[in-house]
Amino acid sequence: MTDVLLETRDLDVTFDIAKRGAMPWTRPDALQAVSKANLTVHRGETLGLVGESGSGKSTLARAIVGTVRPTGGRVLWKGRDITALKPAERRAHGRHVQMVFQDPLAALDPRMNVGQIIAEPLKTHRGDLDAKEQRRRVGEMMERVGLLPNLQNRYPHEFSGGQCQRIGIARALITEPELVICDEPVSALDVSVQAQVVNLLKGLQKDMGLSLMFIAHDLSVVRHISSRIDVLYLGRIVETGTAAEVTGAPKHPYTRALISSVPIPDPRLERTRHRPVLKGELPSPMDPPSGCVFRTRCPIARESCAEARPPLLEAAPGHCVACPFYEDAGAMGGAVSA
Amino acid sequence: MVVSHSQSAALTAAAPMGPPRSLWADARARFFRNRAAVGGLVVLGLVAGFAIFGPFVAQHSIEEINWSILGKVDDAGGPCFLSGPDNEIPPCSETGHWFGTDAQARDLFARTVQGTQISLMVGVVGALIAVLVGTIYGAVSGYFGGRLDNMMMRVVDVLMSVPYMFVLILLLVVFGRSILMLFIGIGLISWLDMARIARGQTLSLRSRDFIEAAIATGVHPFRIILRHIVPNLLGVVIVYATLLVPSMIIYESFISFLGLGVQEPLTSWGALINEGADQMRQGLWMLLIPLAFFVVSLFGFFFVGDGLRDALDPKDR
Ligand SMILES: Nc1ncnc2c1ncn2[C@@H]1O[C@H](COP(=O)(O)OP(=O)(O)OP(=O)(O)O)[C@@H](O)[C@H]1O
Ligand code: SF4
Ligand SMILES: [Mg+2]
Repeated sequence: MTDVLLETRDLDVTFDIAKRGAMPWTRPDALQAVSKANLTVHRGETLGLVGESGSGKSTLARAIVGTVRPTGGRVLWKGRDITALKPAERRAHGRHVQMVFQDPLAALDPRMNVGQIIAEPLKTHRGDLDAKEQRRRVGEMMERVGLLPNLQNRYPHEFSGGQCQRIGIARALITEPELVICDEPVSALDVSVQAQVVNLLKGLQKDMGLSLMFIAHDLSVVRHISSRIDVLYLGRIVETGTAAEVTGAPKHPYTRALISSVPIPDPRLERTRHRPVLKGELPSPMDPPSGCVFRTRCPIARESCAEARPPLLEAAPGHCVACPFYEDAGAMGGAVSA
Repeated sequence: MVVSHSQSAALTAAAPMGPPRSLWADARARFFRNRAAVGGLVVLGLVAGFAIFGPFVAQHSIEEINWSILGKVDDAGGPCFLSGPDNEIPPCSETGHWFGTDAQARDLFARTVQGTQISLMVGVVGALIAVLVGTIYGAVSGYFGGRLDNMMMRVVDVLMSVPYMFVLILLLVVFGRSILMLFIGIGLISWLDMARIARGQTLSLRSRDFIEAAIATGVHPFRIILRHIVPNLLGVVIVYATLLVPSMIIYESFISFLGLGVQEPLTSWGALINEGADQMRQGLWMLLIPLAFFVVSLFGFFFVGDGLRDALDPKDR
């Protein structure tokens, strides 16, 4: 097995939501955005993280980069718990883990020019480099992500969405991090640009030996870039395995439903396919269903599902499913023959 | 290199052309397209020029009494350009009292110049304190949030609820009247509103992605405040500061109107207007001239402030 870069152990993130019109001393509601999440990123691999909108993907990413404080559990970087670090050490750790955001323009300070934006991580972590060397590296990195280096004195609003995302990627890579978390990096972009940016990320990953965590709300983008995929539902990881296993032989009823929502290019196959469609809406994370949180929408739910949270069971080596009845779900179809 | 040549050629084509346009440059262009704002700026420039160069032009000092006019100011103290056969006002070539004299036969031109200096200074110093103290205070409070934010904002609440007129009068009585005391009094209150405004804006900036990106990168909180929060606050701050200048001037005028402001023989717009109001029946010019400066400058500040708001926040029109 390749060596482990990042691990989360039983990671919890709970937000306090003040009740409307409540007195200051009443207890706020708890919104559990991430619950007992265990995930692992190995060196050089791409971990895909998939889930509906509101399933807690961004919150999980934020807890890892440290912009949200976990309420429980640990984040281990090469075995060391980084949630326990002192603030200054925690900031210094930012050099190794960087993030690319969903809304490319919003992630860039509108009052700074591109050169300043990309140089910021360098200024923060590589104070030993002089200004000239920093500028040289910024120019080099811009070229690497497909931007003309003479555009350093331009401002973000002068660029298109795809170019802004390239700026965001350049900023993330300038300190040569070991892990880059991409939070839906292409979902705000035109379809024609999406492939360019994904290919750019793939190429950079190979060149720089990066590990990626690639977040998306459907499987269509993730399956091409990921080596392993974790599926998130209402803050819980419900299935984890290699990309081939999760997309080719999904086990969890939720994953099956997700897969079936990805259109098959062949129209004949598409028409004859049995599609278990998700009924109902995502339950509120303030008041999740007891036991298995998917039971309100699960086609094979039974009474015992309300009792206890199903543990992640190993269905095959390295392929885990949080549903004890996954074998019964086989009848509902949904797998895409790759 | 990762990018193929055809791809980078496509990027070259899509790259922005022309000189770089920062948001500031855009705002400047919008401001100068606004006639009223430019007019206000010109008026303010003239008033400032009057305050700066007036002393070199004035024929008299602010305290020199013209004995030949004293006693008959009502008849002979008017502005000298009104001099004619049907009144007793001596011609300009004789006295040089372009704005006439005040009730004690002192040159009103020199006194207006000096009053303009003090009033503008009070306004600008008040606004500067507000910008420096209020912005940083509000940004720190809003950025860190939580208990610190609570504490800092309660301090502002308490200071705001203090009857500052009373405190200022106490200060002036205990330490004696001086310009310094006046500035201290104005400095104490001017930044409070600004701190609240800056804090509110900071709270909404905090949740923006680019701030999160900086935090995730590991940028030091104080650097985030100085490099990301403050520059993005500056639009609001500048607009509010331009509108704060006239309110500081009015505030000082009010204190002077009560007779608590600057000390004789020094004067300010408020003090001049106060004295002029006493002489309204006999010497209307003593009221109208300082009042005209006061009103015109206030309008200047309001137009400039308005223009800045439109220029810096185009969504808000
Ligand atoms: N700062 C916050 N305060 C309170 N609740 C929050 C906060 N951030 C996220 N949440 C809530 O946590 C849940 C998970 O949100 P999150 O943004 O992680 O979802 P997501 O999977 O990234 O969704 P999307 O695909 O829309 O980005 C949502 O119910 C959201 O309302
Ligand atoms: S545990 Fe029960 S409700 Fe949950 S996915 Fe499995 S069958 Fe459905
Ligand atoms: Mg998200």
